[in-house]
Amino acid sequence: MNNTILIVLGMAVVTYIPRMLPMVLLQKLRLQPYIKRFLSFIPFAALGALIFPEILFSTESVPSSIVGALLAVVVALYSKNLILIVLSGILGSFIYQLLFL
Amino acid sequence: MKNSLFVQGLKQGLPIALGYIPIAIAFGILTASEGIPFITGILMSLTVFAGASQFVAVNLMSLGAASGEIILTTFILNFRHFLMSASLSQRLEESTPKLYRSILSFGITDETFSLASVTNLEDNKKLPFSFLLGLMLISFTAWNAGTWVGLFMGNILPEILQNSMGIALYVMFIGLLVPSLKSSFPIVVVALTAVLAHSAITFVPWIPSFSTGWNIIISTMLGAFLGTILFPKEASNE
Repeated sequence: MNNTILIVLGMAVVTYIPRMLPMVLLQKLRLQPYIKRFLSFIPFAALGALIFPEILFSTESVPSSIVGALLAVVVALYSKNLILIVLSGILGSFIYQLLFL
Repeated sequence: MKNSLFVQGLKQGLPIALGYIPIAIAFGILTASEGIPFITGILMSLTVFAGASQFVAVNLMSLGAASGEIILTTFILNFRHFLMSASLSQRLEESTPKLYRSILSFGITDETFSLASVTNLEDNKKLPFSFLLGLMLISFTAWNAGTWVGLFMGNILPEILQNSMGIALYVMFIGLLVPSLKSSFPIVVVALTAVLAHSAITFVPWIPSFSTGWNIIISTMLGAFLGTILFPKEASNE
């Protein structure tokens, strides 16, 4: 039996448990209003923290990431179409790399 | 029949799937090039299903790190899903049985969570099981398909294109956040606080920095905490 398979199983367990416990246990619990409020803000705080600053280092160079990100922001201001937004981000950084790297 | 909600979930999940494929391919390529057994990479995408931690784990394996170290690092990196699970538990239809909840919780990633959270289905404030199942299933399938392609077909993408695709999921997050920023001032404050906090942790030398997982947890909690104090109403992106 390969050791790396055992490691993967361990990883699976420690990843699944934090994902599962709140989802299953908070079902019937009556939460205080301020806790509900806190939880309702989590997605937007998480999005902010997930995007920045990591996005800067998501492509070969910081400038190419910035160009892709800015193009995506502009498209997102006018459209909610996620696929369009994603493609414009990729395209922005791709074109920058073609031209300047 | 709730079939249409399932299909709606599949459709909504399409951008996540498109974003996952290149990253999963990169994961497969990395696994193969580090000499990790293919079965390990395949199993990891099947049972862990958490991008960043999988890259880190393969990297640590190739360096010959101890099993305990790899598993602990995975735990730390992925613990942020605990917060997301707590938040999503309040959006799920209350009647959803525990078994269904435990199935859905496996599919919680940064991307599926974010997309589900900003989704408002017609005349339905809560999210039904079948919708989330569709959303998560298409994401999971894409992640695993990409892993296989990366492992077995290697470098089919030109490097420059791969480099540009690293930005895909981040700009998807932008696409998820921007509409809410336009419609809600509290959300602007909350998101901006998290951005500033994460930047400060990352760039200011005298502010202690931890692993990326913990940095995201701390910044997220700061943002949500400030929103809770300042604003009397729950966040809503309508």
